[in-house]
Amino acid sequence: MIDLLTDFIGELRAAGIPVSMVEAIDAMEAVKHINLGERAALKAALGATLVKNARHDEAFEVAFEVFFAHHRQAGSEESPASRSTNGFSSEAGGGGGEADLDALVESLFQSLLQGDLASMEAAARRAVTEFAGIEPGRPVGGTYYLYRTLRRLDLDALRDRLLEAVLADIDPADALDQRLAREDVESMIARLRKEIQDEIRRRLVADRGRLSVARTLRQPLVEDLNLMHATRSDLEDIEDVIEPLTRKLAARLARRRRLLRSGRLDFRRTVRKSLASGGVPLDPVFRKSRPHRPEVFLLCDISGSMATFARFTLQFTYAMAAHFSRLRSFVFIDTVDEVTRYFGPGIDFGEAIGKIATEAEAVWLDGHSDYGNSFARFQERYGAEITPRTTLIVTGDARNNYRPGKPEVLAGIRSQARALYWLNPEPRSYWDSGDSIMSKYESACDGVFEVRTLRQLEHFVEQLSLPGHLTGTRQGTAQPAANIGR
Amino acid sequence: MSLPDPTEVRSALADVGYLADDRIAQVVFLADRLAKPILVEGPAGVGKTELAKALATITNRRLIRLQCYEGLDESKALYEWNYKKQLLRIQADSDKDWTEIEEDIFTEEFLLARPLLEAIRSDSPVVLLIDEVDRVEIETEALLLEILSDFQVSIPELGTVSATTTPLVVLTSNNTRELSEALKRRCLFLHISYPEAEREKEILLHRVPGITEHMATQIARLVRSIRGMDLKKSPSVAETIDWARTLLALSIEHIDEKVVSDTLHVLLKYQTDIEKATKELGATVSAAVS
Repeated sequence: MIDLLTDFIGELRAAGIPVSMVEAIDAMEAVKHINLGERAALKAALGATLVKNARHDEAFEVAFEVFFAHHRQAGSEESPASRSTNGFSSEAGGGGGEADLDALVESLFQSLLQGDLASMEAAARRAVTEFAGIEPGRPVGGTYYLYRTLRRLDLDALRDRLLEAVLADIDPADALDQRLAREDVESMIARLRKEIQDEIRRRLVADRGRLSVARTLRQPLVEDLNLMHATRSDLEDIEDVIEPLTRKLAARLARRRRLLRSGRLDFRRTVRKSLASGGVPLDPVFRKSRPHRPEVFLLCDISGSMATFARFTLQFTYAMAAHFSRLRSFVFIDTVDEVTRYFGPGIDFGEAIGKIATEAEAVWLDGHSDYGNSFARFQERYGAEITPRTTLIVTGDARNNYRPGKPEVLAGIRSQARALYWLNPEPRSYWDSGDSIMSKYESACDGVFEVRTLRQLEHFVEQLSLPGHLTGTRQGTAQPAANIGR
Repeated sequence: MSLPDPTEVRSALADVGYLADDRIAQVVFLADRLAKPILVEGPAGVGKTELAKALATITNRRLIRLQCYEGLDESKALYEWNYKKQLLRIQADSDKDWTEIEEDIFTEEFLLARPLLEAIRSDSPVVLLIDEVDRVEIETEALLLEILSDFQVSIPELGTVSATTTPLVVLTSNNTRELSEALKRRCLFLHISYPEAEREKEILLHRVPGITEHMATQIARLVRSIRGMDLKKSPSVAETIDWARTLLALSIEHIDEKVVSDTLHVLLKYQTDIEKATKELGATVSAAVS
């Protein structure tokens, strides 16, 4: 058991979940107290001791399924359901798949209609045996087998049939009930899909062993997703993570002041308070320093090459707007426009994006990035509003289409502001290749950061509180930027 | 009483009106066995605080609650010296030798116990609830570490106060910020999300006396559907219960389009959310008609 657990913990670490020594020991301790025969108990015990972040649940789930699924499979192989499976396939023989398929789909349909999960699972197992055509020893993750099985089963048709059957019992005028029924069917289908996926995974493990399957199934955690190539569902996951991060950023930016000694002695209140202790001023009272309100200007490149990343930065902006009363956001392609008004309270993010796409005037000539012109326009239109309390954050890949970059304009903007940071979503090794002119701008910034993943963004937020950045000097930045690149 | 096994935990919790799922019961059981705090995380209103209260009831312990907020400090969480009383003592004994007085005034008599110290010093075992721990600043979290791992509090003038009985500690977090690794390491982690429609129905049947099976099913399914939308704030379990009570009070026996649009404000608290949900639920009507 210890070996198995050690392997399991190793796998979690390899997947990117931080598991400390203490937590590993806790897990071993916890396992002593539970009934090892119960899979759910084992899962709960390991989950509670090893995974301390809800974001990592999915990776944990996959690893757990791979490592501890075989217990269950061994048991179910003798169950009557799977024995009939074997009878089934031998009856049908090798070639005639069609009759098989129909019977199988029919039994799936019946079990889903009645919500009979046990027989659904049995049917799903059978489907995998029949149609996945698993080839022993092939080092694949199972997506291919899943696709093969699903293609034969034709889930869409199954869904339609189910819907029809379910809706037949419902008054057609009752739209609400219909919607609910439709959702029930969707969740049933999703469950079936997952069951098939799990079954394929179980077979793979039986075939190739845990460690090898776990390796092929490993997927990047949310915080390691490449933001440049995030899919829509990835972005949804990211959305949940952004909120805490923006809070942290808000706290970091506001904190600098708090670290200093709070204001001057408040004589009147000190005397007033000393009355409680018979005139002895035990607690001197200080004037409260006014809460520091950081002012942040965000400049986002929203050109084509940055499309996905721009969506992310705008999302980030949207979340930040809740924490900074003085946040102003700007978008640019070859000229710049302010979009702060689209991010007010009560405005839906999707709506805001739509409005920005249609209304904001970020295009001047041809819709290809022109950083030089954008900065010049920015300086011209908003330069007067930059104060020594303003922190500027630019996000962009610095790909300037070989146009004049005008780094001196950026340096001018920098000299008016408290600090200027640049977040670049491209890997450091791509900078200055092709039309990227990152290094020209780098000297005008307080810090340039590679932010390809949320983890790196978090690093950036953390760096903000380091002493090197408090002074606003440029020396401190080379080191953290290198750290971030790893 | 101690907790014999997860199944018992679950049924005991159900007896006091908290319907736990398997995982919750397991983790609670383990927390008791391993004498470790539970860190409960999840969206607002899924019954995190409720769990601590239910635990106190089933174990017959006193519940000590520390509500966290920004700016919480040692003197409000751990202990404080009652300096006014100390001052009086000094004045009363002004003829005595100073070293004598000094020894005198730093004793338990002059100590004001705040929730954490109180939980440690209690003679009978307690349930300690540290609510919304994500609201304190990351630096303040450090205050909790000693108590969470060793169940003790060090007071410089007095020495270390260790727990006589092991308290059952529950921390809750809405995950508005990432908690520190040090804190997480010391706890068992339990993520509670919105219940499945099936369990929510059970909860409704349990918590709203008089509700029909049909209504409970319908409400649970509707709420699941609404949670599937992209809303600012999804309806919590508490709000679902409120909604069910409202519908019951209005003696509604079947939910239709109109009922939903009339009472949705019980469930959703943002105007934009209400509009969105009405629109989406309404969209199915026109789709069905066309």
